[in-house]
Amino acid sequence: MNGLAIDLRGVGKKYKFFSLNRIHLQVPEGQIMGLIGPNGAGKSTTIRILMGLVHQDCGEAFVLGRRMPDEQIAAKWDIGFASEDMRLYDAMTVGWHLRFIASMFPGWDNAYAQVLLKRFGLQAEQVVRGLSHGQRVKAMLLLVLARKPKLLVLDEPTTGLDPVARHEVLRELTAVMKDEGRTILFSSHNTHDVEQISDTITFIDRGRIIDSMDKEMYLDRWRRLRLEVPSGERLPALPGIIGVRQEGRLAILTANAFEPGLANEYESRGARVQAIETMTLEEIFVANVERSRVDCGEEVEA
Amino acid sequence: MSGVFEISQSDKRPMYLQIMEQIKRKIAVGDWAEGQAIPSIRQLAVDLEVSVITVKRAYLELEREGVIVTQQGRGSHVASTPGLGARLHEQELANHLTQATRIAALLGMEPSELAERLRAAQAEKEQV
Repeated sequence: MNGLAIDLRGVGKKYKFFSLNRIHLQVPEGQIMGLIGPNGAGKSTTIRILMGLVHQDCGEAFVLGRRMPDEQIAAKWDIGFASEDMRLYDAMTVGWHLRFIASMFPGWDNAYAQVLLKRFGLQAEQVVRGLSHGQRVKAMLLLVLARKPKLLVLDEPTTGLDPVARHEVLRELTAVMKDEGRTILFSSHNTHDVEQISDTITFIDRGRIIDSMDKEMYLDRWRRLRLEVPSGERLPALPGIIGVRQEGRLAILTANAFEPGLANEYESRGARVQAIETMTLEEIFVANVERSRVDCGEEVEA
Repeated sequence: MSGVFEISQSDKRPMYLQIMEQIKRKIAVGDWAEGQAIPSIRQLAVDLEVSVITVKRAYLELEREGVIVTQQGRGSHVASTPGLGARLHEQELANHLTQATRIAALLGMEPSELAERLRAAQAEKEQV
């Protein structure tokens, strides 16, 4: 299985208004990968292809060493999948769902399920109809977590959760990683969640993968430089700089391939470096999407 | 063991730097003694609810600075350097002085003026 939990090679899918552009995506075993991108970028399509729910037009998809979609039945024993459009049975209790899933999956860990019920503040006797949105999301996650699958694929697992519930979910996801043989792929709009818990980050925009990289390396490449510029001069965008905003004698530069020499280079041109700031994933996200749209020749409002 | 670690969301610095700083503090105050075993990377990641790669980065940098030692199969330990705690305090002071010098330069302050400000701050502390 060459140590890859997920291996997409040149996977493409064409729809009328959207196409996924022959993407390559590899998730090594034992890691958490965060999938980020704006609405309609292709995150859910990617997830559906690797779950065998959508069949790709071209390319190969392997999940836990199984070819998708052909071998999806065999693969799914070891995959826990949760997405927003999945539903529980309204008229049944949480406990009924637990017993239902337990009866199908031999790996079900009932002791862990009971612990999760407590941690998530859920009760087995509760009928699904009476649950809040957050409680339903947690119940759904509980059902996949207690199966202890080798791979968890979670589409927006923290969307719509209150801060406490979000925290509870993130804690359980990081706890899964105590076991080196398990892997998580999750998509999220919440860049803070992705920044906190993922080992690798994959950025999708308009059906393309813009970046897919080790999170620490990725964050380290981005910087915001605040410079004081001699009167009347305009700073050029040196290699590694993707944005220059200058007004009067102050300039703010955005670097996506920062190295210390870059600051020295500007200083040798007479500018004075006031500050070199790291950027949050949220800031990088916005800068990256704007840049990719400029590269596509599209107008971006300043 | 790592119960007092906490990543701050209002701290703008990267998480790995915050983890490094908190480990250094634990060593500086003597909670973690020289040569003592410290949590594994995976364990600390679970405890702090952050990714393994972030803790790995913090440990690598700490190892480069000679603060901890990681050995294959034996896990990570605080370095057995005599006076490591004092050295870490010393380093913290050096960092603050570098920062102060940088900001003084931005303000166009003379070195003598900065030295005077430092003496004043000291005098103020003694009064308290």
